[in-house]
Amino acid sequence: MPPFTALLDHPGIWRGDSLGRVETPGLPSGFHALDAELPGGGWPAGSLTEILPAHEGIGELRLLGPALATLSKRKLWLAWIAPPHLPYAPALAAAEIDMARVVIVRAASLKETLWATEQALRSNACGAVLTWLRAVKYAELRRLQLAIEGTRAAAFLFRPAEVAGESSPAALRIALGTANGGLAVRLLKRRGALLARPILLPAMPPVVRSRNAVCHVDRHPAVAAAAGNFPARRIHA
Amino acid sequence: MPVATALALVPRLRIAPRDPAAETEALLGLASWTGQFTPTVAIEFHDTVLLDVSGSLKLFDGLESLVGHLRQGLADMGWSAALAGAPTSRAACWLARAEEGRLVSSGELEQALSDMPVEVMRCENGVPEALHAVGVRTLGSLSALPRDGVARRFGQRLVDDLDRALGRLPDPRNLFVSPATFRADIELPAEVTQTEALLFAARRLIVQLAGFLAARLGGVQRFVLRLGHRDKAPTEIAIGLLAPSRDAEHFVLLLRERLSNLVLREPVRSIALRAEDVVPLAGRDAGLLLEEGRPPGDWKHLIERLRSRLGAGAVHGLASRAEHRPERVLVRDAVVPGQPQRIPADAAEFPLRPFWLLDPPKPLREIGAAPYCEGPLELLAGPERIESGWWDGEDVARDYFVARMQNEALVWIYRERRGEGAWYLHGVFA
Repeated sequence: MPPFTALLDHPGIWRGDSLGRVETPGLPSGFHALDAELPGGGWPAGSLTEILPAHEGIGELRLLGPALATLSKRKLWLAWIAPPHLPYAPALAAAEIDMARVVIVRAASLKETLWATEQALRSNACGAVLTWLRAVKYAELRRLQLAIEGTRAAAFLFRPAEVAGESSPAALRIALGTANGGLAVRLLKRRGALLARPILLPAMPPVVRSRNAVCHVDRHPAVAAAAGNFPARRIHA
Repeated sequence: MPVATALALVPRLRIAPRDPAAETEALLGLASWTGQFTPTVAIEFHDTVLLDVSGSLKLFDGLESLVGHLRQGLADMGWSAALAGAPTSRAACWLARAEEGRLVSSGELEQALSDMPVEVMRCENGVPEALHAVGVRTLGSLSALPRDGVARRFGQRLVDDLDRALGRLPDPRNLFVSPATFRADIELPAEVTQTEALLFAARRLIVQLAGFLAARLGGVQRFVLRLGHRDKAPTEIAIGLLAPSRDAEHFVLLLRERLSNLVLREPVRSIALRAEDVVPLAGRDAGLLLEEGRPPGDWKHLIERLRSRLGAGAVHGLASRAEHRPERVLVRDAVVPGQPQRIPADAAEFPLRPFWLLDPPKPLREIGAAPYCEGPLELLAGPERIESGWWDGEDVARDYFVARMQNEALVWIYRERRGEGAWYLHGVFA
């Protein structure tokens, strides 16, 4: 009598907790807890990823930092389309992202943003494309998905958290929130079983605290901060 | 027949004046386009271009394939042409006039020539009629006549031409040398008000440009399309490229994006294409191994395409300067993506820097001696004092802090040390 577990290896049986198999390996995200739950072991290549942060500045870019640094080392291009602000060069350098391979595209309207994203994906000239979108129709997202089919690029679409309920052709959808000072990543959609609990990642960057936990700010601006409770480092005169 | 008679016979006849200068110019343009197939090109006025392709057959994989490329190119440019091939140039010329599409090898030459009518020789006036009068209608019967008799009656030239066609006498030609710059015009048959129709006509000029560049093994980094109007000065559309290229499809794509943004104020009567600086550009080697999936695209083409629709300033790279003032560290507009950047050596020494920098910094209210942005801000680290810029008039003196907002986002704020000590939000740690 063959053991029961051997029966489950039958190709006709799919188990509910197994992850979808993908042909191209994913781009490692740099966080083990996240990679373990993503099919392909990382960010999907050749299909869209939607990132829905609860608000701006929650850590959405630091989440991508290690993956973008890996692509930079492979000398691939990174396209930033319609970013809300300009990326600050020293922060990119600190994240080991090569500035020479960064292209910023400013678009005046949603139509131009979508067109530029489609061109960047279809050209297969970029390693990663980051786009900031708001209200987009399913048909337009489908068009982007078709443009990225067959390439090895990774596409990250940043959208507001309110669209979590809308349907989307993206292969991976994650929502970012905070929990206990760290980042809570909820996988809304992935190629595989639904993950009920959020993945907790450490706070990024580690919270910087000065020697004194409380900061007193003097009411009178005439009294400079040098007289305050903690030392001021003079950078340049 | 007079024009009036023709119109009486066919009332809907379209009549256009003949422009010999334009025809010559078109012939020269065509000759420089054919230079991509062979370096030996000769012109026989007023309507024939001769190509010696014996050296190019191997490259183009056979005569049929080369003729196929020729026909495709001619169709793309909108020309209708009669093609023929023969071992000698004169015979090929006559064949093209008599029979379209015939490719004759040396063994069949005499047979093919003997069936052709004497009109193909294009002799002086009166000679064909005189030949008809003696019952000579084909070249075969002409060559059957005694040679010195024909020479005495109709001129030595007739006999010599026949010898040249059969290869018995040499037939040297002046080779055509293509000009250094590219100029081509098309007079549109009707006034055009839609830009899509312009693209259709411009495509023909671009195919001609690509052939011209291929003949010179060169590329251009800039070409200008000029639209001629009736009264106003011509509109010029200049397309610039990051790197020299001779890819016709890429040029058409760039032109399409530019034309889609263009609003035509006046109908267009003629279009002209000019390309001045031709730089040497080697061909591209095809890869030996087949690559999986889609072949990697050219990032320069992508940037050119984005710029042609969104504007040159909308697509840029990043560069940084050695600067303490945060808003001045970033150089953006003139930077071409791809230039290697020098990261300031002391970048690692600086403490944490935010990913996003707000431009301009956003002023914050101060409530209860603490800065306020969607809730009271909790100061976590700082102050980091930056005082710089007294030498160029943009003096800054600020104390920077890392603060946490009510919704747990980290921001980079500063306080002015001069003035009332106002608070500003300068960056977000995304």
